[in-house]
Amino acid sequence: MQTFSFDPVTLPPAAAELRREVRDFLAEHNAKRSPLERAQSWSGSDPEFSRKMGARGFIGMVWPKKYGGHERSSFERYVMLEEMLVAGAPVGAHWVADRQSGPLLLRFGTEEQRQKYLPPVTRGEMFYCIGMSEPDSGSDLASVRAKAVKVDGGYRVTGRKIWTSGAHTAHVMIGLFRTGAPDGRQEGLTQFLIDLRNLDGTDLKAKNNILVRPIRSLLGEHHFNEVVFEEAFVPDSAVVGKADNGWNQVMSELAFERSGPERYLSSIQLVLEMIKELSVNPSAQGHAAIGRLIAHLSTLRQMSVSVAAKLNAGLDPALEGSIVKDLGAVFEQEIPTIAQAIFNVEPRIGGDASDLEQVMGFLVQNSVSYSMRGGTREILRGIIARGLGLR
Amino acid sequence: MSEISTMLGDTVNRLLGDLVTAEMLSAAEDGVWPAGLWKAVEEAGLSLPLVSEKRGGVGCSWLDARVVLHGAGQYGAPIPLAETILAGWLLDCAGIEPPLGPMSIASAAPGAPLHLYRESDGWRLDGVCPRVPWGGTAQHVVVVAMAEGAVRVALIANGDYQATPDKNMAREPRDNLRFDQAPVAACDVAASLPENAVELYGGLIRAVQIGGALERALVESVKYANDRIQFGKPIGKFQAVQQSLAQLADEVAACGAAGSAACAAIDKSLHSNNAADVWLRIAAAKARAGEGAGKGASIAHQAHGAFGFTYEHVLHFATRRLWSWRAEFGSGDQWAQELGRRVVEIGADNLWETLTATD
Repeated sequence: MQTFSFDPVTLPPAAAELRREVRDFLAEHNAKRSPLERAQSWSGSDPEFSRKMGARGFIGMVWPKKYGGHERSSFERYVMLEEMLVAGAPVGAHWVADRQSGPLLLRFGTEEQRQKYLPPVTRGEMFYCIGMSEPDSGSDLASVRAKAVKVDGGYRVTGRKIWTSGAHTAHVMIGLFRTGAPDGRQEGLTQFLIDLRNLDGTDLKAKNNILVRPIRSLLGEHHFNEVVFEEAFVPDSAVVGKADNGWNQVMSELAFERSGPERYLSSIQLVLEMIKELSVNPSAQGHAAIGRLIAHLSTLRQMSVSVAAKLNAGLDPALEGSIVKDLGAVFEQEIPTIAQAIFNVEPRIGGDASDLEQVMGFLVQNSVSYSMRGGTREILRGIIARGLGLR
Repeated sequence: MSEISTMLGDTVNRLLGDLVTAEMLSAAEDGVWPAGLWKAVEEAGLSLPLVSEKRGGVGCSWLDARVVLHGAGQYGAPIPLAETILAGWLLDCAGIEPPLGPMSIASAAPGAPLHLYRESDGWRLDGVCPRVPWGGTAQHVVVVAMAEGAVRVALIANGDYQATPDKNMAREPRDNLRFDQAPVAACDVAASLPENAVELYGGLIRAVQIGGALERALVESVKYANDRIQFGKPIGKFQAVQQSLAQLADEVAACGAAGSAACAAIDKSLHSNNAADVWLRIAAAKARAGEGAGKGASIAHQAHGAFGFTYEHVLHFATRRLWSWRAEFGSGDQWAQELGRRVVEIGADNLWETLTATD
């Protein structure tokens, strides 16, 4: 049985200073956002807000300065992120690039790729999307079928990617395609940087046989897309890292995706609305319920920061990260149900609905997705069971 | 983990792991005091980790001492180890050198405060303390009470109070103590402690012990799932069992982390004197542990099938403690309700500020 630990961490003094800075920034640029808008959490997207964050040095915070980064500690980035999420700031446009794609390129990208694809991200001008899932390839990522066939000077890419958040606005996709071994194997997958849009806004998709179609969520919102490639050309220079090494690269990317503050703060706006409501209409049942949620919140934050410290120290807390994400998603998802148990209100969006009703209305519907994205509950528990020595 | 906590952890695992057997646990339930275990624990320096060196202790932090409290829970040591650790710390806070031997901590029933007062020949105590762990077996008990306008810690020797024996579900002694003009062996002011220190820190030691007992339940469950063969393979190979035990691991992790966070908060408060933060983290730890104890015990029993329901199997030594400890020093729901009341008072706008103030 593998052991796991979540040692308390004392954040460096610079983190506390940064927290003030971020709160001041939010007071200036995020004050007018409604509770319903805030409830979008990191799916809320506003390119203008991203540019303002870039100008203040809040994107690519831990990256090297020569690529536009700010060489700050990962604790400072953590503090910036949690403040943004608690405030419900629209960080979605640059989210993927800042969390995943940038670190991926720093680790596996060529110097030329880093020079071209990182500095615009830090300015909040270049947005990424991730092309992994396919209609027949979800949790079983090794079954990816979309293929990239070697041609002179590059590859011809054919296939379909789905659940691609932000593909309709992104400038770049980092896509995972089959270049070698037959379907269903971890070998023979390659990651590519695929240009979708120029920084000036010029769309590059149509003339390269790339089609983006919206997939509306049950809320009617358009975040997801289906992206169809028909012999789209990508040059050799677009290969990320080594050809046929995509599986290992993707796995290292996912480790960073599982334990951040976004894994337990997605429903925080409802917790805040519940507290506001209880300050007007207090009840013992309400106090007990909110106290229990705060006990969970405080514990999850402690666990998540502890995992961040391990990542910072170069360790591989894959088991701890999976535990945080599993518990975090349960927490985020139970909040709307608990709110419903305490308050006799009807969750709904629009009309004359109160902030509480609207935030509930959004989260009742949206939170079902929180145990899918970034690894389903079942996959995470499988990883934990492996750590326990059961598999 | 610091060097000292690694060292303490190794000692705890070696000592308690070897000495606390099913036979010892069973005998303790029938009232047999494991004198050898206590002697070994005391000689190894595990009983007074939080007492400063100048008063005969180890002088380590709460976070370091946590591993001993966790171990006390994990092995279900049938001695008042966690209680002695807390009693020693309370005495140290008042500048009193703790005596050797097992100690306990006692608090009055709600609404009937203890009366600590001075007579010509010294301090005396009147009052009733229900359900004191090993109250009749411990050589001394420690109480915290207001007297002459200050919070004071008082030490009373066994023999100077009446003990009526009782037990909890794990059949650990939980005795009712009556103090009737009881002479106080030592008493002094502890400016850093709140009047409810026994209930507050008692909640913490139980929260950390729950983390330990949950870990034991997980280890036993994984062992059982890998050994027990049904349908031609170990039941741990079935995804349904794996998914369920993963949730038990989640509870072990969360309860452990919540207890650690509370211990770290006490250590930080030595410099910042942030009593509100200490209270909040302890409340969170006990509320989280109370929930984890229930969920975790259910999952562990489900994994063990009928065997876990027998006295023969060791699982119940952990789970009966979980069910008892979650109720002691305030149930998780009681802590949660007061935590919620305080959070609502703090207000939504100050919530995050409060949760991050002591980073």
